[in-house]
Amino acid sequence: MNIKICDDNYTIDEKIDNLLDILHYIKQHHNQSLTYRYSCKSGICGSCAVRVNGVEKLACLTNIKEQSEILPLKNLPIIKDLVVNNTNIPSNLTKSAAYLEQLSSENNITQEDIEKIDINSNCILCNSCYSSCPVLEINQDFIGPFALARVYRYTTDKKETTYSTKLNSIQTNGVWDCTLCGACDLVCPANIPIKDSIIALQNLSVQNGYENPAFSSNSFDMGFQSDFGFDPNSF
Amino acid sequence: MIYDILVIGNGGAGLSAAIELKKKGFNVAIISKTNATSSQTVQAQGGINGVLNNSINDSVSNHIKDTYISSHNLGDMEAIKMVCNNANDTIKWLDNLGVAFNRDKEDNLAQRKMAGSSHPRTCYCSDYTGLKIIHTLYDTALQLGIIFLDEHILLNLIKEDNQIKGITALRLLDSKVIQFLAYKVIIATGGYAGVYFNHNTNSSGTTSDGIVAAYKSGAILKNMEFIQFHPTALKDKYVLISEAARAEGGKLVLKDGTRFTDELLPRDIVAREIFQQIQKGNDVFLDLRELGYSKIKTLIPQEYKLCFDFKGIKIDKELIPIIPAAHYSMGGIKIDYNGKTNIKNLYAIGECSVTGVHGANRLGGNSLLEIITYGINIAKDITIPKEKIEVKQYTQYIKDTKYIETLFTTTIGDSYFADREDLGKLVYDKVGLYRDEKNLLDAQHTIKLYANKQYKLNNKSKIYNIELKELLEFNNMIITVDLIIQSALYRQESRGSHTRLDFPNENDKLAYGTLLYKNNNKLTVGYENEY
Repeated sequence: MNIKICDDNYTIDEKIDNLLDILHYIKQHHNQSLTYRYSCKSGICGSCAVRVNGVEKLACLTNIKEQSEILPLKNLPIIKDLVVNNTNIPSNLTKSAAYLEQLSSENNITQEDIEKIDINSNCILCNSCYSSCPVLEINQDFIGPFALARVYRYTTDKKETTYSTKLNSIQTNGVWDCTLCGACDLVCPANIPIKDSIIALQNLSVQNGYENPAFSSNSFDMGFQSDFGFDPNSF
Repeated sequence: MIYDILVIGNGGAGLSAAIELKKKGFNVAIISKTNATSSQTVQAQGGINGVLNNSINDSVSNHIKDTYISSHNLGDMEAIKMVCNNANDTIKWLDNLGVAFNRDKEDNLAQRKMAGSSHPRTCYCSDYTGLKIIHTLYDTALQLGIIFLDEHILLNLIKEDNQIKGITALRLLDSKVIQFLAYKVIIATGGYAGVYFNHNTNSSGTTSDGIVAAYKSGAILKNMEFIQFHPTALKDKYVLISEAARAEGGKLVLKDGTRFTDELLPRDIVAREIFQQIQKGNDVFLDLRELGYSKIKTLIPQEYKLCFDFKGIKIDKELIPIIPAAHYSMGGIKIDYNGKTNIKNLYAIGECSVTGVHGANRLGGNSLLEIITYGINIAKDITIPKEKIEVKQYTQYIKDTKYIETLFTTTIGDSYFADREDLGKLVYDKVGLYRDEKNLLDAQHTIKLYANKQYKLNNKSKIYNIELKELLEFNNMIITVDLIIQSALYRQESRGSHTRLDFPNENDKLAYGTLLYKNNNKLTVGYENEY
C-alpha cells in the first residue's frame, strides 16, 4: 500500500489496514522519527485524531485505503508531524466554565434526566471538531465546538442549580460566533449533536436576556452595500 | 517553585486526590505522561461497586465477604472494610460532581450484577463509566485551578536525607529533564499489565513507571506476581470484549462449533481454559450468533461496534476470534490505610499501589471504588512539613540529565523494537496464565540479557521524541518483569491469578503477601509474615 504522511510517501508491504498499526509499523521499519500521539487503541482516549484525506478520524479506529493522505489536525499549531499543540483543551474548558457550578439540593434525578446529558458527556476531547471548524480558521479566539457542547451538557444537567457563569462565559467568541454549518457533527467520533447543542445554547442565552451581538450592534450583514441599493431609512 | 503536593498520574486516583487536596488549600500539581484525559481509567467500562444506603436486599457485609473471597485469603480485611464502608460516600461524591450515573425505575442509582458479586451492586454510566468519571473530575479540577503538567515522563524520585523531595521528569515537548520539588509526592501512575506488550487490553502507557521509580528509591513492593487476565480480547487487536457478551448468552467454541467450558465460571478459570485450547493449536471463538441482531443491538451494542470497527466482523453472523489478555495488575507499591509508603513524604494510590483490597484476584467493579476512595481519603491526613526543602540542583537531576544526554549521543547499540515485541510474547507465554519453575527461569535468563544490553535511539530529534519515551518505558518493563518473575518463583503454590503447574494447589501456610525490596542494593523477596 502506498500512503502519504505529512510530506513523506511510504510503501507498506505488509497487509495492514488499521491506521494506528500502520503508523507503528512505519516507525519501526521505515522512519523512526515519525511522530504521533496514541494511547488507548480503543477509541476512547482521544489522543490519536488526525486527518485522513482531509477528514478528521481517530487513527486507532480507522482502516485506510491505497493512496490515502494523512495530515495533522487543523486550527492548532503543529509540534511535529501528526502531533499538534492541544493546550486549547484546558484553556477553552477553563474559559467556558464547563463544570457543575452549584449542586442542586433536589434529589429526584430520573433516568430520563440522565439520558439528556448522556451523549454530550461522551466527549473524549479528541479535537476533531476543533479541527473541522471553519470559524476557527478565521477567528482563533472562538471557544470552539467541544467547549460549547460541554457547556450545554452542564446547563442541561438537573443536578445544576445555576448556569449563569457558564452562559456569561460563552457570549463573546462563543455561542454567537458559530455559523451552524454542522462540520463538527460530521467528524465527532462520539456522535455528539454539537450543532443542536449550540442552537440550544443560543436559545437559552436569549431566554436569559442575552442577545446576538450581531443584531444588537446593527452590524449584521444583510448582504447589501451601504452606499447604494436597499436603504433601511427609506421606510 | 516548590509544590505542596505533586501527584504523578492523571487517572481516577490522581484526579480525586488532587481535587480534595486543592479544596483543602494546598498548592497541587498533577504531572503525567499523557494528556489529561488519556489515562487508563477512561477504559473502565463495567462500573463501580458499592452497597448504597437505600439498599434493601444487599448489605456492606456481603460486599466485604465477596471481595475477601475473591482475594483468595490475601485480602487485608481492614482495607476491604474501609472501601466497602465508604463505597456509598465515594459514589455520592462522584454523583455530586456531576458524573452521569444511570438511574433505575425508582430514581435510585441503577446497579448491575458483575461476576463474583452475590448481588447487583455495580453503579454505572452506560458502558462508559470510567470515561464519564474522568471527564467530570477533569472539568472540576480545571475550575479549581489545579496545575496540569501533561506529557512529562517520570524518571526518578529525588530522595535525600531519607525522604522524598520531588521528582525528575522528562518533558516530551523538548526532551528536557526537569526537577519538580514538592513536600509530598503521590504516585498514581497505574498498573503494569502493559509489560505483556501486544498481549494486554490496557493503554500503551501502563508500563509501571511509578512502581519502578518507587522501588529504585527503596519502597517496598507487594504481590507483583498477581496479574489478572481477561478471557475475551479480540484476537490480534487485544481490544476488550466485555464480560456482558457471555452473560447475555455468548458461547465459547472451537472452529467446528464444539464448546469446551462453562462460559460463566470466574474470569481466571475461563481465561485458563481458553489458553489451554490455544496452546493445543486450536483457535477459540466467541459465538453470539444465537442472540440475533436485534438482541445484540439492544444488549451489547458496543461489542457490535468494536468487532465491526476493528475486524470488520458482524457478530450476529460471524464468529469472533478471541484470546485471553493481561488486563489488570494486583501488585505494586505497598501502602498503609492512608496511602503512605515506607518512605517519608512518599504516597501511592490507585493501581500502582497495593492497599490489600484485591489480594490475589480483583473483583470486577472494585478497582474504580478503590482508586477513588483512596484518592479522596488521602487528603484527610496530609499535612505539609514546616521544614523548607532546599532549592538547588539535586544529584538525581544531574544524573538523569546526563543519562538522557547520553541517549542522544550514543550511536552504538540496538533498537528496542524487536526486543520489546519478544518480551511481550515471552512474558505472555512463560509468565502468564500458567507458570512453572523452568519457564520462569527461562524468562529470567532472557530478561537478564535485555537488562545488560545497550539500546540506542535512531531518532535524535529532541522534539516530542516518542522513540525516547518508548525506550524509557521499555527499561521500566524489563525491571518490572524481573520483579514479577522473582515473586512468581518465590510463591510455590497456586493462588488466585497466580497458577503454578508445578505447585497446583493453594497452600494454607502461604496466605501472606509477597514483599520485594532492596536491601543493601540487593533484591530481597519474602512473605509478609517474615518481614
